[in-house]
Amino acid sequence: MLSLLGKYDPLKGEMAQILDKDGRIVNPDLEPKLSNDDLKTLYRFMVLSRVADDKALKLQRQGRFGTYAPVRGQEAAEVGSAYALPRSDWMFPTFREMAAMVVKGMPLESVFLYWMGNELGNAAPEGVNIFPISIPVGTQPLHAVGAAWAAKIKGDDVATLVYFGDGGTSEGDFHEAMNFAGVFQAPTVFFCQNNQYAISIPRARQTAAKTLAQKAIAYGFAGVQVDGNDVLAVYAITKEAIAKAHAGGGPTFIEAYTYRLSHHTTSDDATRYRTKEEVAFWEERDPIKRFQVYLQGKGLWADDYEKGLLDEVTQLVDKATDKAENWPAPSPEDVFKYTYAEMPWTLKEQLAKLLETLG
Amino acid sequence: MARLNIVDAINLALHQEMERDERVVVLGEDVGRNGGVFRVTVGLLEKFGENRVIDTPLAESGIVGTAIGMAVYGLRPVAELQFMGFLYPAFDQLISHAARIRTRSRGRFHCPLVVRMPYGGGIKAPEHHSESTEAILAHTPGLKVVIPSTPYDAKGLLISAIRDPDPVIFLEPKKVYRAIKEEVPEEEYTIPLGQAKILREGGHLSLFSWGAMVPPSLKAATLAQKEGIEVEVIDIRSIYPFDIDTIINSVQKTGRAIVVHEAARTCGFGAELVAQINEKAMLYLQAPVERITGFDTVFPLLKAEEYYLPNENQIIKEIKKVMTF
Repeated sequence: MLSLLGKYDPLKGEMAQILDKDGRIVNPDLEPKLSNDDLKTLYRFMVLSRVADDKALKLQRQGRFGTYAPVRGQEAAEVGSAYALPRSDWMFPTFREMAAMVVKGMPLESVFLYWMGNELGNAAPEGVNIFPISIPVGTQPLHAVGAAWAAKIKGDDVATLVYFGDGGTSEGDFHEAMNFAGVFQAPTVFFCQNNQYAISIPRARQTAAKTLAQKAIAYGFAGVQVDGNDVLAVYAITKEAIAKAHAGGGPTFIEAYTYRLSHHTTSDDATRYRTKEEVAFWEERDPIKRFQVYLQGKGLWADDYEKGLLDEVTQLVDKATDKAENWPAPSPEDVFKYTYAEMPWTLKEQLAKLLETLG
Repeated sequence: MARLNIVDAINLALHQEMERDERVVVLGEDVGRNGGVFRVTVGLLEKFGENRVIDTPLAESGIVGTAIGMAVYGLRPVAELQFMGFLYPAFDQLISHAARIRTRSRGRFHCPLVVRMPYGGGIKAPEHHSESTEAILAHTPGLKVVIPSTPYDAKGLLISAIRDPDPVIFLEPKKVYRAIKEEVPEEEYTIPLGQAKILREGGHLSLFSWGAMVPPSLKAATLAQKEGIEVEVIDIRSIYPFDIDTIINSVQKTGRAIVVHEAARTCGFGAELVAQINEKAMLYLQAPVERITGFDTVFPLLKAEEYYLPNENQIIKEIKKVMTF
């Protein structure tokens, strides 16, 4: 075991890949042993993410959604990694991890509810081990390390996986998290979605290092670059990193090399800083198309299957939209009551004043 | 019962809470082998081992950020930051995460974290070692801020802080770390957060202070008594939440009030107390509520430290001024 993590040298720019951009298997010996059902489930989650993403953008344009950060283009990175994470392990997402969170068990209506502006959508249901998404960039890897370290102290067989982007690796907290994880051998997987841009700032402006994965070397643990648009490679690498964490092997840094096909958020206009040619180059590397070809080759995909799947997930997304839109509005008390376990007199006084104002 | 100083009292509380609850872990720079630069954590490593008494890399945000992960996962971390002047790298973690996790998860998660740190001036320390920025913390919804001024309170308040389900900032007035000794019960006891303590009763004027400003306040009250002025001295102890009833009751009784703190004046916590007194006891006041504070300047180096810190002479002068308003 542990062959994949040591096999690709980030200093030489080597990258793990199983499927090339056209869906051909380039590394048959790395192909994970997944059942047909698993393969179809991976595909379904990717398609669900794409459909939910498109819906979210539409709803935002219609004024029914707040600002939203689309996943488009990163479905393989999110679905592949989240699918490798056991249920008892913990996930620490950022604001772009809708797909990963849904794979981990977050109801889609919760994600929608959050972006519609109801904080309740940020609360994972009991038993779904997902931290509230982190908006301040690069701050959450520390929480993943702390939780993993706590699990280790308590003797729990639990690992954590934290998502962040290429921009996040420039933050000081990223360094501190990597450093703590290395020193304390925390069972944490650092999953970096290098989607090439932090809003408008290209990856080259984040670091002079050739790869992000090589940063792990300085912290004393393995870093590996993986084709982030290849769901099989992402799954295989993450699975191994998670297994290593559970086996007491400490942290791993995974750089999923991918591309944000859409805007940073609905408030952004990516045409200001990227060329059509560049986007077209990456459209050709669409993670969903590539996996579709692979499934077709295995006899697991056909036009009618696609149509049935699209119908199913569209219905699911519409239902989630309905549920989220018809959710009761938060009460004035909701703003106050979660600040502390018990409301101090100051908050009681301020709430009373608000209620009086509202009449 | 033993006579203990604040350092010993905190050390005792940590020993007893770690004994009582195996979820309690201590982490920070030099807290293990060295027992803390002020020796507050002496003996913990030997007794509870490396898994629970953790010498960390030198990184304040890392200490607080990982402690948040630990707390939410189910431990009860007590993080030590070496000086309040080095708290600032951890502000983002405290303000953006520790203080908000309960709200952001609608109560699914909470963060039972204590962050201890020595604060305040008066020990002729180098630059950045004399900060007193409790008001910034009190201004952050979701945090609690506690400042003991005596060994007895230090023990009882720290135990409450450790058992509290929300993040508590525990500020230790290092000027009086070893200056005061008093009887501290061996058995565990708690002092509820959010309660002030009347140290001395008096009917003429209310004097509010906390931390290392309590001893000069008490001295000034003694001096005032010689001149026939009965000063009520109240140790606020909890900056947030604070004990509005004790404060307002006292002002309603005396009609005059002064707040003493060593932090900078503008937007210091004294400003909040003055505002509360104005809102809730205006018609009882016989004089404007005054503040004796540090200045809106950088805390000076040791040669000029005495200009900055309020002392009993200033306090007694202000008392007389307010009494003759």
